[in-house]
Amino acid sequence: MDRFKVIVIDDEVDFVDTMVKRLKDKGLESYGAMNGPDGLELVESKDPDVVVLDVKMPKMSGIEVLREIKKKKPLTEVIMLTGHGSVEAGIQGLQLGAYNYVMKPVPFNELLNLIVQAYDRKLIEQERGV
Amino acid sequence: MSQKHFEKLGLKIIAVTLGFSLIPLFTLGATIYYQFNSTFQNKMTESLRNLAQNRKSSLELFIDERISQLNTIAQTHSFEKLADETFLTKVFNAMQSRSKSFIDLGIIDSEGNHLAYVGPYHDKLMSVNYAHEDWFNAVQSTGAYVSDVFLGFRKAPHFIIAVTTVQNNRVWILRATINSAIIDEIVAGAQIGKRGDAFIVNRANILQTAPRFSGKLLTHPSSLDFSSSRALIVETLSFQGNETLYAAVPIVNPNWVLVISEDPQEEMALLFRAHYIEAVILAFGVFLVIIGTVLTTRVMTRRLKEIEKEKSKSEDLIIQSSKMAALGKMAAGIAHEINNPLQIIGDQAGWMKDLLDSEDIKQTENFEEFDQCIKKIERQVNRSREITHRLLRFGRRMETTQELVDINQILMETLTFLENEAHFRDIQIQTNYDDNLPKISTDPNQLQQVFLNIIDNAIDAVGQSGQIRVETFTDKQNHKQIMVKISDNGPGISRELISKIFDPFFTTKRPDEGTGLGLSISYGIMEKLGGHIAVESEEGKGTTFIISVPQGSSSM
Repeated sequence: MDRFKVIVIDDEVDFVDTMVKRLKDKGLESYGAMNGPDGLELVESKDPDVVVLDVKMPKMSGIEVLREIKKKKPLTEVIMLTGHGSVEAGIQGLQLGAYNYVMKPVPFNELLNLIVQAYDRKLIEQERGV
Repeated sequence: MSQKHFEKLGLKIIAVTLGFSLIPLFTLGATIYYQFNSTFQNKMTESLRNLAQNRKSSLELFIDERISQLNTIAQTHSFEKLADETFLTKVFNAMQSRSKSFIDLGIIDSEGNHLAYVGPYHDKLMSVNYAHEDWFNAVQSTGAYVSDVFLGFRKAPHFIIAVTTVQNNRVWILRATINSAIIDEIVAGAQIGKRGDAFIVNRANILQTAPRFSGKLLTHPSSLDFSSSRALIVETLSFQGNETLYAAVPIVNPNWVLVISEDPQEEMALLFRAHYIEAVILAFGVFLVIIGTVLTTRVMTRRLKEIEKEKSKSEDLIIQSSKMAALGKMAAGIAHEINNPLQIIGDQAGWMKDLLDSEDIKQTENFEEFDQCIKKIERQVNRSREITHRLLRFGRRMETTQELVDINQILMETLTFLENEAHFRDIQIQTNYDDNLPKISTDPNQLQQVFLNIIDNAIDAVGQSGQIRVETFTDKQNHKQIMVKISDNGPGISRELISKIFDPFFTTKRPDEGTGLGLSISYGIMEKLGGHIAVESEEGKGTTFIISVPQGSSSM
């Protein structure tokens, strides 16, 4: 597997910590942020390949963060995490250019698969863009 | 509203209606009764007054005629001629040929000596001198005199009429005795009905005619004393405990009083008949009013009850659906809140698993135990995840699809999940599918969830050794509906519980066996799909769920 960059943005500290730890364990370069603004800063400084983004967060909602990311780094793929189970938020995310959405709780392996698929797509898009 | 409330309302309506219809009815009845009574009384009084006047006139006419007859004789014949008994006999015979009421005729001079006499008592009366008799003095001063009735020698009632004549300075008196039978006849004509009476009294209250009931001639009458009457009176008076209608009218000459009595009861018979008819009509009217009121009220309250029932039914439905909506929201909220911790627990367990794999812990003594623990944690996280996802589906109805499906096929698939369980418990599942069911467009997953919930419940209800029947058919009344009937021969559901079985979290199972969400989710799903779930149950016999699915289910 390529060593690519992943950023996890979620307001749940434990979730972010564990995800970052496990992704690192799988050989990925991963970072975590607890809210939208911190996440955006991180996206700008690290230029990640894939972002895992919670929809429901204080300060700034996942949808807003997604907009900003797509504005700044259009090639970065975003996977939305919906705690809601609401189709609408997911669909809205897809319309705004998210790669996919997945409902919490999601088994780690499933999420990892999605992240890899998203990275693959990013590579294809990059090639096409070049 | 309670049964009691309706009864009270019904009674109120009956009371008011009866009041408003019976009061005028009774007022009318009473008015007619009193009007009729007074009219009848007036008529009765009037007719008695007329009778009295009429008899009085007849009597006075009769006596006036006798007086004028005597006057005529006295004026048209000279004293000398009349004093001659032979001539007087001629005159008397001529008078008698016209009227048998004259008994005798005599001429008396101013000294009271009888000068001539024609009649049956010639010898006895010729020697009598009348100079000191009251009537002799009276006739000389008034010109004409009529005596009271007396019994003469023949013991027959009669009276005297005497007239004074002045001729050529000679004063003489023509005197006649008159049979009072004619007066009796005139008076008897006023004796009405079976109990009516009529008689004449003089001013000393001595009977001048023979009454029917009120005593004997020439005695005091056994009746009220009207002898001092000065003018016509008609009134109802009480005598010896009997109400009697009396008329008393004075007669001028002779100075008598004619008394007529009448038993009002006799005349009243007619009035009583009228009253009887009125009472019958009134009773009939009251009967009709009461029957009508009671029937109308009953119909009205029944209709009200039905309306109330329908209203409460639709209110129940509204309450049920709003309850479902509220619970759906709550369930979704709870599920969402729990999903985050679940995610973290799962991730932590996964991380621990990764660590166990990658390090030398495999050689440690408790490696197996750690491994087992983590697997159990993951399994429980997955189980909880399923529950929260189901709750979210209940709240949000996510992941719905629309396919053309065969209900029989879905049922068959569903049963394959449950066959093992049923077999293990010695429960036979009989199926009777209608092969002609049309395919319908709906969500097969949700439908399957409904069937699964209900059949699973049926298996739990039967418990051990029993039967479950699954049938499909199209509704006979409404061909657009496909019906699925799932019945078991379990213990059934009591009346109190049957209304609660679709409530979320209502369960009769132990807490670790069921969440109490199955039927409420099923109910919600069927409402969403445009169908319905109904339940029928009899304690001790079993329960039947009837699921109706619309053919043209276009929702979602």
